[in-house]
Amino acid sequence: MIQETAIGQKTYLSIDKLWKAFGPFLALKDISLDISDGEFVCFLGPSGCGKTTLLRAIAGLDLQTKGTVMQDGRDVSNLPPSERDFGIVFQSYALFPNLTIEKNIAFGLENTGRSKSEIAVRVSELLELVGLPDQGAKYPAQLSGGQQQRIALARAIATNPGLLLLDEPLSALDAKVRVHLRHEIKELQRKLGVTTVMVTHDQEEALAMADRIVVMNHGVIEQVGSPTEIYREPANLFVADFIGEMNQIDSIVAEGGRLSVGEKTFACHDHKFSDGTAVVAAIRPEDIIPHEHGYTADDPNRNCIEVLLHEMEFLGSFWRCRLHNERFGGSELIADFSINAVRRLDLGVGRKMIIELPIDRLMAFDRPEAS
Amino acid sequence: MTDATDLSELPAGPTVQGKLSRDDIMMRGGMLVIALYLVITLAFPLYAMLSKSFSTYRFELAQYEFQMSDEDGVFDGTILNGAELNEQTGAFDELDLSAGSDGRIGVTGFFPEFSFRSPVMYQIRNTSDTGRFLVGSKLEDGTDWVTLDSNTFRRVQLRPMESTGFGNFINYFSTPALFNSIKNSLWIAVVSTIVTVTLAFWFAYALNRSCMRYKGVFRLIAMAPILVPSLLPGIALVYLFGNQGMIKELLFGASIYGPIGIVIGSVFFTFPHAFIIISTALAVSDARLYEAAASLRATRWRTFWTVTIPGARYGLISAAFVVFNLVITDFGLPKVIGGQFNVLAVDIYKQVIGQQNFEMGAVVSVVLVIPAIFAFAIDRLVQSKQVALLSARSVPYQPQPDKRTDTFSFIYCAFVGLFIIGILAVCQFAALIKFWPYDLSLSLNNYQFDRMDGGGWGSYFNSIKLGLLTAVFGTAIVFFGAYLVEKTNGFKTGRALFQMFAMLPMAIPGMVLGLAYIFFFNNPSNPLNAIYGTMAILVICSVTHFYTVSHLTAVTALKQMDREFESVSASLKQPTLKLFSRVTVPVCLPSILDISIYLFVNAMTTVSAVVFLYSPKTSLASIAVLNMDDAGDIAPAAAMGMMIFYTNAAARIIHLLVSKGVLTRTQAWRTR
Repeated sequence: MIQETAIGQKTYLSIDKLWKAFGPFLALKDISLDISDGEFVCFLGPSGCGKTTLLRAIAGLDLQTKGTVMQDGRDVSNLPPSERDFGIVFQSYALFPNLTIEKNIAFGLENTGRSKSEIAVRVSELLELVGLPDQGAKYPAQLSGGQQQRIALARAIATNPGLLLLDEPLSALDAKVRVHLRHEIKELQRKLGVTTVMVTHDQEEALAMADRIVVMNHGVIEQVGSPTEIYREPANLFVADFIGEMNQIDSIVAEGGRLSVGEKTFACHDHKFSDGTAVVAAIRPEDIIPHEHGYTADDPNRNCIEVLLHEMEFLGSFWRCRLHNERFGGSELIADFSINAVRRLDLGVGRKMIIELPIDRLMAFDRPEAS
Repeated sequence: MTDATDLSELPAGPTVQGKLSRDDIMMRGGMLVIALYLVITLAFPLYAMLSKSFSTYRFELAQYEFQMSDEDGVFDGTILNGAELNEQTGAFDELDLSAGSDGRIGVTGFFPEFSFRSPVMYQIRNTSDTGRFLVGSKLEDGTDWVTLDSNTFRRVQLRPMESTGFGNFINYFSTPALFNSIKNSLWIAVVSTIVTVTLAFWFAYALNRSCMRYKGVFRLIAMAPILVPSLLPGIALVYLFGNQGMIKELLFGASIYGPIGIVIGSVFFTFPHAFIIISTALAVSDARLYEAAASLRATRWRTFWTVTIPGARYGLISAAFVVFNLVITDFGLPKVIGGQFNVLAVDIYKQVIGQQNFEMGAVVSVVLVIPAIFAFAIDRLVQSKQVALLSARSVPYQPQPDKRTDTFSFIYCAFVGLFIIGILAVCQFAALIKFWPYDLSLSLNNYQFDRMDGGGWGSYFNSIKLGLLTAVFGTAIVFFGAYLVEKTNGFKTGRALFQMFAMLPMAIPGMVLGLAYIFFFNNPSNPLNAIYGTMAILVICSVTHFYTVSHLTAVTALKQMDREFESVSASLKQPTLKLFSRVTVPVCLPSILDISIYLFVNAMTTVSAVVFLYSPKTSLASIAVLNMDDAGDIAPAAAMGMMIFYTNAAARIIHLLVSKGVLTRTQAWRTR
């Protein structure tokens, strides 16, 4: 049952109506997802959202309660892990502590009909590939965390599996190492062309590495899309809030689909809501444009308002500013202004200024049920 | 909807049933085999014992009918009922009629004028199919009349009928000599517990909280009692305070044979157990709490009661129940030094070995199991809380040198150390003296075990064989079982059941287990009957008896292994058995060695578990100590006891060397 996906690639992994119950708790609810051959997909979500459960169901480590998993045209729904085709890397690395690096990598190559010399060649090839050619004789405990994770990766891809599963592989590492290694993993995946599924709770990691991101929450898929889609066109408030920063202002849909906040109405991005609906207006801090003198708050073609800059926080590459306007229903806006803009406009605490909320960047979402 | 607690959302239709891999099937199979082992060696015997305690035997006289002929051998047809006859003659009273399984009574008492020379003939029959009587050794269970001459009639014996009921228990509780033992047992267990825990606490406190010297030596000394059978301190006490004791004046006329002796001996042999637990509890205390107390200017006394004691309280409670359990279930010590002071464990022995009353032995066993299970349950509960306490990220406490504390600690530890060394030294001294107190010259005569009762040197070598077999097979079974129960996928109910079975042996006193084995394995209709009286049953009994602690050691070691090793191995399509032998076993080797030395030492010293099960061919050193002491050969008993000590000490040293050697070879990865 091989389908063609939108980009014209073959579907390699197909998940259909997957459910998972732990006792009375539903960890996965009706999950359906197709992953293309060679694609790098990230499952992203807060802890407890079901992303690891889904990964373990794909691996056969924890079987789903209902639903099917097809891999490369084969129904693997009820197969044990040993009869599926995947390599896996865990957060804990799970390297065998009493075996040398070489023996760790060779572990899966044994009993596969390869001769000793073939195995040795393959092991040194893999060590070369992950950039640790001289470490073969050491024990895992003698390597740094980042090095250990590379070995775990080498071990997982040693047998050329069709699917590579990464379960929070970078979470146990230092920030610097993490950034470096995520680049390397991505590079390696591209080189090998192996279909890869990674679980992470780190949005930055997902945005940087994935071809497609699957955002999950409470056991359901909230949105599937490319990193830019997910970031720029979040499907709902959860996705908008979980990935990146997002200003959220309660508002009502006014005439013509405009959003009314306090005394003002704003034009916004297309939405599905009818007039009078209570919604949340949302805009990312970096999408707010600071304006020089000359712009007025009454410009009908632009969403401009006058605000008071009442707090500034220096975050290295930009300033995070808190903006206030009484006419704005008492809510506060957070805006990230570049260092250049701050210098050019000579911004400082206490300044009154005009900002613009670009029409195509202002979004409307369902208001969450009152809690 | 956010939180999903509603399963009705699930679509209808069958749930996905996982296909089991070959490894899954193998692991589940292996677990079943080991579970089956535990069922056969633990559950079935205990059940056999329990049902024995409820089976009562009674002579039902109404089930027999008699006829008596005249002098010419002619029957007039008058049928006499056994019950009526007994009423007329009063041959047996009520008590005579309740019996053990082997009970039998003659019937001539019903006929006052009976003479085996008379020509009168008798007829006897059962009134129902269940009736049984013996003519000589021939069993008659039919309802036809059996005609016998006088001489044969006197060889008629009635057999009792089995029924189920509380008869044995009623009997037990209406016999003061028996149920007094409950009070005695509880009394000595409570007193020993208080004394031991107090002594062990201060000992552990001195070692953990002072900067005194020779801590390592004291630690070693404190552990020494584990290496000897519990009855050895009894022998030493007899030499010290017995009728011809070296320093019996110190008791001011009180007798060591009785509660005093049992308590002193119990303190000796339970001391290391309490010490380990309390020492562990004190070792995990948090230095920051002491710094906080000091900064609040709390006095040392106040700090002790508000920081030290609460921190160690779970350890103290756990130690108390462990000691209580050890004392109340111990058999060797009260047997040697208890005198007329009856305790439960000895009662079982007396009922079974002395009076051959197996049903009553089973009853006492059931009575003994109750406090043992109770103590065990509380200990488990407390231990689970202790673990929670441990997980805190605490800073270990470092004692500061303090001359007064250090000196005082040293003196205290020296006294306790002297007590332990003293007991062992007295035994060694006794073993080397020719004939106390008359001929004090040294000799090795007492080591000529072959001249004494108890099995001679053969029993010593049997013990070593038992120790080695128990260590090898026990470690293999326990570790493999623990691995399977920890790492098998799914199969939750099975694993929970297995865990329960693995915990059970700890709660079952050795005497009870041994007796249960008699009931189960000595039953001729049991196909496993063949192992009765062999080394095999001793090994099985020892493995089962010491299963729990070994299992817990193994589980602790396995829990420290990465949970994902099995997943990785499966994803690499490697058999779990390869992972087990290449990774799990090597990484857990230190724990595996610990388990085997634990099993060896305990198999060498145990008396209670095997006292009912040894045969002349499989007599053991610890049993020999008991039997030689029983026969009055106290010096050789002491000599044999010390042989056990030296053997265990040697085993410990070998274990230490092997561990070190193995560690440096296979655990190179531990060093960075």
